[in-house]
Amino acid sequence: MAAEMNPRKEWEAAFAASKVRDEPFTTMSGIALEPVYGPDDAEQPGVYPYTRGPYASMYRSKLWTMRMFAGFGTAQDTNWRFKEIIRAGGDGLSTAFDMPTLLGLDSDHEMSDGEVGRCGVAIDTLADMEDLYDGIDLSEITTSMTINSPAAVIFAMFIAQAERAGVPRAKLGGTLQNDILKEYQAQKEFVFPPRHSMRLVRDTIAFATNEMPRWHSISISGYHIREAGATAAEELAFTLANGFAYIELAMQAGLPIDAFAPRLSFFFNAHIDFFEEIAKYRAARRIWARWTKERYGATSERSMQLRFHTQTAGVSLTAQQPEVNIVRTAIEALAGVLGGTQSLHTNSMDEALALPTEKAARIALRTQQVLAYETNVTNVADPLGGSWFVESLTDEMERQAEAIFATIDTLGAGSMLEGVIQGIEDNWFQGRIADSAYIQEKMLNAGDRTVVGVTRFLEGNDEASIDVLQITNEDEARQHKRLESVKLSRDDNAVQKALDYLRTVAADPELNVMPALIDAVSVYATLGEVMNTLGSVFGKHVEVPTI
Amino acid sequence: MAQRILVAKVGLDGHDRGVKVVARMLRDAGFEVIYTGLFQTPDTVAAAAIDEDVDAIGLSMLSGAHMTLAPRVVQKLRDRGADIPVIVGGIIPVPDVAKLLEAGVAGVITPGSTAEEVIAMVRQVIDQHIAQGRV
Repeated sequence: MAAEMNPRKEWEAAFAASKVRDEPFTTMSGIALEPVYGPDDAEQPGVYPYTRGPYASMYRSKLWTMRMFAGFGTAQDTNWRFKEIIRAGGDGLSTAFDMPTLLGLDSDHEMSDGEVGRCGVAIDTLADMEDLYDGIDLSEITTSMTINSPAAVIFAMFIAQAERAGVPRAKLGGTLQNDILKEYQAQKEFVFPPRHSMRLVRDTIAFATNEMPRWHSISISGYHIREAGATAAEELAFTLANGFAYIELAMQAGLPIDAFAPRLSFFFNAHIDFFEEIAKYRAARRIWARWTKERYGATSERSMQLRFHTQTAGVSLTAQQPEVNIVRTAIEALAGVLGGTQSLHTNSMDEALALPTEKAARIALRTQQVLAYETNVTNVADPLGGSWFVESLTDEMERQAEAIFATIDTLGAGSMLEGVIQGIEDNWFQGRIADSAYIQEKMLNAGDRTVVGVTRFLEGNDEASIDVLQITNEDEARQHKRLESVKLSRDDNAVQKALDYLRTVAADPELNVMPALIDAVSVYATLGEVMNTLGSVFGKHVEVPTI
Repeated sequence: MAQRILVAKVGLDGHDRGVKVVARMLRDAGFEVIYTGLFQTPDTVAAAAIDEDVDAIGLSMLSGAHMTLAPRVVQKLRDRGADIPVIVGGIIPVPDVAKLLEAGVAGVITPGSTAEEVIAMVRQVIDQHIAQGRV
């Protein structure tokens, strides 16, 4: 029995089974370091409940993945950028889509005006997806796609283009963000009503579980919840509650928890309050392990080990004296690393001003490289474990999160899935986030919170600012032409037939939409056409505007 | 009578933290605030502003589409024969500020502005509008 075992003995067994990098693991002055410190009966990394890390050896085996988010203009532009990243030794691609794509609109839709290719790459049809990954071996490199409302459709395009390029779906590795719940709560890029969207999430999880063993079908994201104004405890609690909702959704569809939970991943914010962030990550791992095991009956360790991506806090950046943002980002990134993140994106110093320039993005990546290769913080797992302060703050994060879970559980009459959906429909999450955002703002205005360069230390604000990226409308015109030529060369009858069939499948909640989606995008139905077809069955979500 | 302001999100940008914070700030400062909700078009904003008989419109824009969408809101108001000042707030690069003002926007609020600055800007824009006899 695990509970009777000595945690240190369990750690030793797990560590012995880990492959460790060939490094000296000493301080700069040559002092030899243990892989982890603490008494034998204390919590250990790689040992349930994983507060101190999902793995026994942590960064001694593998550093975090430096996964920088990229995407702009047309698919060809982004393909060129991806190839640059691969040439520079990048080990993962991360795709940003533009606003129309995020909302399932074609580039020639009137609402897309001024937004095409701006915040990411524009994808209208399978032809764009073919351009996006042209010449990139998708059996070798993993791909992350930040897409939610139309995630199932983009996923279908991704699978269709990979299989045309000769890579079977079972060999594809990567992550679909596909976290629709936080869209209603915080990010607000929603299309269909919550319950219909959750059907699409269910279908993608089921499809990936059955056919794509290397694929992460969902990245449960607190990042946007925090950026929208939530406190650290709210970010923690809302995100994990969403995770529990997805577990219940997949279990209701008949999937055993240990079949899909090992492929669930998380995405957290790294804000500026250093120790609170570290406590948040530690509490997240402990809570996830306890709930998956005790409430949902997981038996596989992989189901209980919470793994997460981190991004530094965009909202902590200032337009004033933007170079100071490099310092903020470095401190936030360090919190992510000391909290045991599996991958990291560092923001660029100019993001309160515009989309990042190449130079600003390079400095952001260099920040991670300094942490990884100069500071030696990677030698010891959970170096702050055992600190009275950090342990106490971890417990407090857990306590606050549990109080929020209890509220949601009551709201859903014993179902976290129902509780979360009810909370969205009642504007409960949205209201709490807006309240927390306003409290922060009032503290700032009252002088109770300092932001360097904004509330104090303003000398230098008048100096000439840094260069920012200038964007033109040329991409928009190029993308319109591309879409027009695809529409002219495709077989319209085949498109109509595929869309009609998709409508029938969508109307039957017992069926999985993924095969019909793959068929439709394969004959070059556009993203907008597919989303309209689904919308004709699902309807549209409209948020009641509240201040 | 309290001055009335319409705050709006135009286009596809879903970032609504800023617009909600500003709406609450203005409400606390004594304005009557009407919020359109997300995903409005320039035309629906112009129509709502006229229907609600507001003294000013605040547009919150963080996705980079401000140069396309903000001048269109101004144009749609003119098309409908309305003269209501438009203030733009959000991630607006400095070189775009002058261009927006040239396109008929009455004021631009950039990141890091305090509540006092936002409120002062709105008051100033409305007062100027009245002083010019444009109401």
